[in-house]
Amino acid sequence: MSSADAAVEKGAEEEPTLELGVETADLAAVPLRVDGLEKQFGGITAVDGATFEVERGTITGLIGPNGAGKSTTFNLITGFHRPDAGAVYFDGDDVTEDSPHTLARKGLVRTFQIARELSEMTVMENMMLAPKGQSGEQLWRSVLPWTRGGVRAQESENLERTWRTLEFFELDHLWNEYAGNLSGGQRKLLEMARVLMTDPQVVLLDEPLAGVNPSLEKRLLEHLHELTDLGYTFLIVEHDMDVIMQHCEHVIVMHQGRVLAEGTPADIRDNEEVIDAYLGDDL
Amino acid sequence: MSGGSDPGSGPDSEASSGGDAQSDPPSDADPASADDPLTRVRESDVSLIVGGFLALYLGYVLVGIVAGLSPRGIFATVTQLTLLIAIYAMLTLSLNLHWGYTGLFNIGIVGFMAVGGYTFLMLTMQVAEPGVRSAGGLGLPFVVGLAGAVVAAAVLGFVVGLPSLRLRADYLAITTIAMAEIVRYFYQSNAFQQVELFGMSLGTGGGSGLVGDSTTPFDRYVYEAGWSEGLVDFLDETFRISGTLGPPIETLFDAIVLLVVVAGFYWLLKRTGGSPFGRVLKAIREDEDVANALGKDTGRFKMKSFMLGCALMGLAGALYVYFQLGNTVNPTVFRPRLTFFVWVALILGGAGSNTGSVLGAALFVGILFRGPLYVKNAVENIVAFPDSPATVAGALGGLLSLDPVPFLAFLFDNMGSLRIILLGVVLIVLMKRRPQGLLGHRKETAAAVPLVPTETTATGGLTPGSEGPEATDGGEPGGGGERP
Repeated sequence: MSSADAAVEKGAEEEPTLELGVETADLAAVPLRVDGLEKQFGGITAVDGATFEVERGTITGLIGPNGAGKSTTFNLITGFHRPDAGAVYFDGDDVTEDSPHTLARKGLVRTFQIARELSEMTVMENMMLAPKGQSGEQLWRSVLPWTRGGVRAQESENLERTWRTLEFFELDHLWNEYAGNLSGGQRKLLEMARVLMTDPQVVLLDEPLAGVNPSLEKRLLEHLHELTDLGYTFLIVEHDMDVIMQHCEHVIVMHQGRVLAEGTPADIRDNEEVIDAYLGDDL
Repeated sequence: MSGGSDPGSGPDSEASSGGDAQSDPPSDADPASADDPLTRVRESDVSLIVGGFLALYLGYVLVGIVAGLSPRGIFATVTQLTLLIAIYAMLTLSLNLHWGYTGLFNIGIVGFMAVGGYTFLMLTMQVAEPGVRSAGGLGLPFVVGLAGAVVAAAVLGFVVGLPSLRLRADYLAITTIAMAEIVRYFYQSNAFQQVELFGMSLGTGGGSGLVGDSTTPFDRYVYEAGWSEGLVDFLDETFRISGTLGPPIETLFDAIVLLVVVAGFYWLLKRTGGSPFGRVLKAIREDEDVANALGKDTGRFKMKSFMLGCALMGLAGALYVYFQLGNTVNPTVFRPRLTFFVWVALILGGAGSNTGSVLGAALFVGILFRGPLYVKNAVENIVAFPDSPATVAGALGGLLSLDPVPFLAFLFDNMGSLRIILLGVVLIVLMKRRPQGLLGHRKETAAAVPLVPTETTATGGLTPGSEGPEATDGGEPGGGGERP
């Protein structure tokens, strides 16, 4: 698809003007570390001692058969569930007990398996929601006349960034559209664009390519690579093995709540245990 | 899925009111109308409200004239109508903050009103010596009473919200409706009917309620100030309302005061909604997990929104007691049906729209609540019905013998109850035909600056929306006209 290529070119040439990116100079090389996470639901052990690390500036794939505990691990890392045991370290700090919004403010943000756009808000509103530290989120500041100037200035600032991010993801022509009217793929793009507006360091993407057509998938992956070059770190749950093998620097395989294997895509491909896990389960 | 199919011309087309966007989803936008100032005025919120009110008044006046009601009667009806609409508009606007913006399912409105109304009276009533037959108040000024009502309702909101806002929406509904009943029974019980404290007789008045100072606001602020005579003469001459003008003029005064308060509510809630704060509220309404995942402390936002709405409901309750109930209150006023009337008004007008809330209140009170009774009076003024049958059987019996008169007489005689049935029918039709209400398109953009691309943005530059910073405050959201 020629427009996809054009898109990449466009994104590439505008890169310098983007205010995206993470200052990685004085940050730890391992922003996210998970140590012995356990979670039980009733009698079912969903996650059983998962331990792994995610390196900065990489796309790390988290794979495994259905029911391996990938999504639960995501929920445990991002604070949506509390682990029964184990710990999550972000930038060296123990963040196991942090709630999702605290983690998001620290720079650890997630997307959802099914794109959860805010459907009765416009694309623009969706995007403008995300930036952190918005003074206008204090009620009195946005209501009282003499404090509103500062709020406006900040809004205009965020608006500029929003436009550039929307252009990066080529959603700018949809700015005034209700998010609920977007196509499935556009929603995925919107969700990723929105997450970047929070100034994340590490982004957890739960099946970002599910239901996305091949050309858009290609573009999304190209975006991901551009973004890792800018310093972002991604942890991805994905079922498409080709994607994982071609695009991830590092792959973690989960099986029955544990980390079965870890390594480069090449290592994983040849790993007998992994093949057994997939064949023995549902493949 | 062809996003960015034409990256080269993208910047140009986006300036023209999202032209690209139209191809994808269904669109009812009329690009031509965007530039027409007349259309913008016609579509602006204020003119919608004013137009709605005028249409309602016109209907009332026309019905009155046809039925041959006295001008004084029509005038009194319309002013009373306005008064009630104003109260309902305040409540609907507050509920819109809860439900339309934040998605909080509050069905305990009447509880917050009761607390506001009672607190107001207990603060402002004359101090009563111990041993007097009925309880007195603290004798504080009017404004202090209102402030007390606001604070009391907000505190109650905090107490109710603390355990229930964390839970799913239905639990908030259960908690609030239970709270409203508890509040009513609390005021009804004689536990605190009359308590002697610090040499004063205080209390809730129990089942008989509280009776405040009977001086009307008009008497206090206009008549005693001495400029009422000129006003009365002026209105008398202007509207040719013969006879003494006491009560209707007082009601008119009250109605105008309350309309000003409604304008204040509207302004406040419009500002709240059209801000980054309101944006988070909308996000919570759409999907709380997403808002949470994006770093918003949704619990705090929900609590703030809930308390603000409750405080405003308390204020509306106090004003209801003072202006509509003649500064008296008793527990039977605050029965749950009041809550559902406010909900009907909100659903009518469209949840999520402040303008819709005001219009919904006007339509509910004007057509569904007061309308049937007014029409009944009007019709009975023209036609003298024979005595109506006492039972439904009697009414239907007439129909069998092809004589509709008993049936009609029965209908008109029971209009007070039948309008509740009408209410239900309207709700059902609305839910089937237009579930979003009149203006429930939720187009009120939440941002402190217009989210409109400018030429500079379109060419990859900066400063979008740097002109017209007031646009989101009063007028059309999104800079006007662009409604894909």
